[in-house]
Amino acid sequence: MFYFIAKRSIISFFIMLAATTLMYFLTISSGDPFEDLGETSGPEKAATIAARTAAMNLDVPPIPRYFLWLQDVGHCLVPGGVSCTLGQDRTGAAVLPQLENAMGSTLRLVVVATVLALVLGVVVGIVTAIRQYSTFDYSVTFISFLLFSLPLFWLSTLLKQYLAIDLNTWLANPQFSYATIALIGVVAGVVWAVAVGGDRRRRLVVFGVAAVATALALYLLLVTGWFVDPGLGVVGMLVSAAGVAVLWTALLAGFRRRRVLNAALAAAAVGFLGYLASIPLLEDPNWLAVLALVVVMTAVAYVVAGLVGGPFRAQAAKIGAVIAVSVSLLIVLDRLLQAYPTLSAKAGGRPIPTTGSQSANLEGTFWEINLDYALHLILPTIALTLISFATYTRYTRASQLDVMNQDYIRTARAKGLSERTVLVKHAFRNAMIPITTLMAFDFAGVLGGAVITEQVFGWNGMGKMFVDGIQNVDPGPVMAFFLVVGTAAVLFNMLADIAYAFLDPRITLS
Amino acid sequence: MSNHQNQRDDSRASLELSEMTLQSQDTDIATATPTRGQTDRIRTTEAKSQGRLIRERFFRHKGALAGIALLALIFLLAFSSIGFAGLPGWWNKEYDVLAARFNEGRPTLTLWPFSLGEHPFGQDVLGRDYFALTMRGTQTSLIIAFIVGLVAMVIGTTVGAVAGYFRGWTEAFLMRITDVVITIPTVVIAAAVAGIVAKAGIIPFAIFLGLVTWTGLARLVRGEFLSLREKEFVESAKSVGASSVRIIFRHILPNTVGVIIVSTTLAISGAILLETALSYLGLGVTAPDTSLGKAINDNRSALTVRPWLFLWPGAFIIGIALAVNFIGDGLRDAFDPKQTRVKQ
Repeated sequence: MFYFIAKRSIISFFIMLAATTLMYFLTISSGDPFEDLGETSGPEKAATIAARTAAMNLDVPPIPRYFLWLQDVGHCLVPGGVSCTLGQDRTGAAVLPQLENAMGSTLRLVVVATVLALVLGVVVGIVTAIRQYSTFDYSVTFISFLLFSLPLFWLSTLLKQYLAIDLNTWLANPQFSYATIALIGVVAGVVWAVAVGGDRRRRLVVFGVAAVATALALYLLLVTGWFVDPGLGVVGMLVSAAGVAVLWTALLAGFRRRRVLNAALAAAAVGFLGYLASIPLLEDPNWLAVLALVVVMTAVAYVVAGLVGGPFRAQAAKIGAVIAVSVSLLIVLDRLLQAYPTLSAKAGGRPIPTTGSQSANLEGTFWEINLDYALHLILPTIALTLISFATYTRYTRASQLDVMNQDYIRTARAKGLSERTVLVKHAFRNAMIPITTLMAFDFAGVLGGAVITEQVFGWNGMGKMFVDGIQNVDPGPVMAFFLVVGTAAVLFNMLADIAYAFLDPRITLS
Repeated sequence: MSNHQNQRDDSRASLELSEMTLQSQDTDIATATPTRGQTDRIRTTEAKSQGRLIRERFFRHKGALAGIALLALIFLLAFSSIGFAGLPGWWNKEYDVLAARFNEGRPTLTLWPFSLGEHPFGQDVLGRDYFALTMRGTQTSLIIAFIVGLVAMVIGTTVGAVAGYFRGWTEAFLMRITDVVITIPTVVIAAAVAGIVAKAGIIPFAIFLGLVTWTGLARLVRGEFLSLREKEFVESAKSVGASSVRIIFRHILPNTVGVIIVSTTLAISGAILLETALSYLGLGVTAPDTSLGKAINDNRSALTVRPWLFLWPGAFIIGIALAVNFIGDGLRDAFDPKQTRVKQ
């Protein structure tokens, strides 16, 4: 293990070194760094040329220039050594502070999009595999092909021009006609009926229940003005916590063991009490306080659920911890939603922003600032998620189908295990192994996609640094961007290999 | 799309096949008497070559057939309407001629009753006919995508084959180069390359894009070669003294053709999206050439008032990519029937 990591790190280091060389020479040969000065003249031109030459070391031949850049990077690797700047851009400003500014928003976008695409893609992929050759499977297959074929910049522009504007107009006066509510209900009913499947009668029942429930919920949300002043509230939190508990139990343990269900409900109660207790504590917290709350709640729920679980202590405790984490996410969501009315007012009643990664000079509480981040993330995240989602769905489906055809699944069924146990414990876990590799690849892809999304939505992130750098033939920012992206790619590949070996005991690291 | 149908057809076909085999065996035994010539006429089974099986599986895939039809239609429309390489087309307007704007430049295309009108896709801000412009962009994008696919196929196959067959230092060296290129996200390395060659015209641009997108294929082909080179038929070819070149090209490569064709198809659809994205960033095709991505980028600011300037090129990008993706899926099913196995 240690030997493997050491070996891979050394190889990765040399690969990165070679890749930076390639990237550096591609960048400096991609054009003329003084091209934009072509039409100016006079003493300013000479001064700019002189300043740029000094900043970019243009008086040094390319190969020594690359080593000068390497030296700047080397300064960052030596702890406590000389100042770490990652070189200068063409105006002579140090690159590192720019990178630090730009990195936050880009990483936020990429991480959120990857996580969302992973979760949604895996869930939908599993369902399509279980219901292979159903209408649902065909629809999802077609939709993923469509998403594969969508140009990211086109989708982003479409979202920005149409979705955002219409959504903002609607949010200013959130009302639907009865016909619209009924239509949304019918659509939801069809989706559920197709996804659940079964014979005609079962599909009709599912359709009816889902359609009525969706329409009713939507009606209640509209009547109570939820879209103006959203949040879960005390009752909503109680219901959601119980729902989360039942859902996780159904998925992870089934309802045959009464003690486990009781333990799950106890964990949900712990979560709800935590919510009540945290109301005064979370007025204007910081990330540390939020994290502490999650950890404390999880620990308490783990212990309580374990005690209630009795003979099934281990299983009950695990489920309790999962429920506590879910409920704390709900608490965070609730808090963010509560900050919506004030933030919307600050944004002049147009809450969904179409440009930038955050509002300039926003003064507000912890929740308002984070909700502001989240609202800025909505559109670019949808664009990036949709495209990655297609990849994850297809791969998960293929992988799950592959596993379902294995002999050990037949054995599991033959010895009389419930379908849930077969699917969750025997099939799902093994189907997820190839997805780790996909994740490593996809993360780099999403980072590349962020370049385009940032351009469309006018973010000042790493992608903009890169595009501007390429256009100005300015290697400083380009290489800084690449250092982050390349390191991420190399690192994730290594982590994927290690994860692979952990998950699949047939593979040994060497 | 049509997997279900396929599966049923498959099983029915194989059932019929086995029945027929039985029958023909019976007749063989029954008629194993003097009249020899008759048995040949009665025999109802026919031998199917590997190629024919693949072809049949492919043509059963309805999505792939629809993809071929759509792609052929787009090809035909793009190259016949405004002509190509000096040959005239049936459309009477040029993509680079400015004209007065007619009815705010709105599209005149009506579907029912069908009529193209003066400017079916409208006119851009400068009054250029947008149908001609979109067709020109489609031509460019298609040419670029196919050249990228071709170059990536040749390099990827060669690198993968050489690395997988010779192993040792050659493999280590080639695969480390692949690792280096793969470390850089495609959009990033393509953007850097585009800066160097985009001004030289679309053909060099396409070739250079191919030079940076072969890595995935190289890895796949190497994997195939690694397992095939240990097979008995390679061993026997070696034992009769076949040269390495002959073994690679005559014995191993034909067995990897499925992987190569499928990933080349997917590389082509990837190249369409890559080229349009680069052109959109202003790093791809430059004037006087145009491409679908460039058309959208040029009209970026006129989007809210003239949405057709954005929608038409986008529709063509999606059409091409979708068609190629479906063809790729059909080819994958045709070459690798394992993948569509029914679950229990």
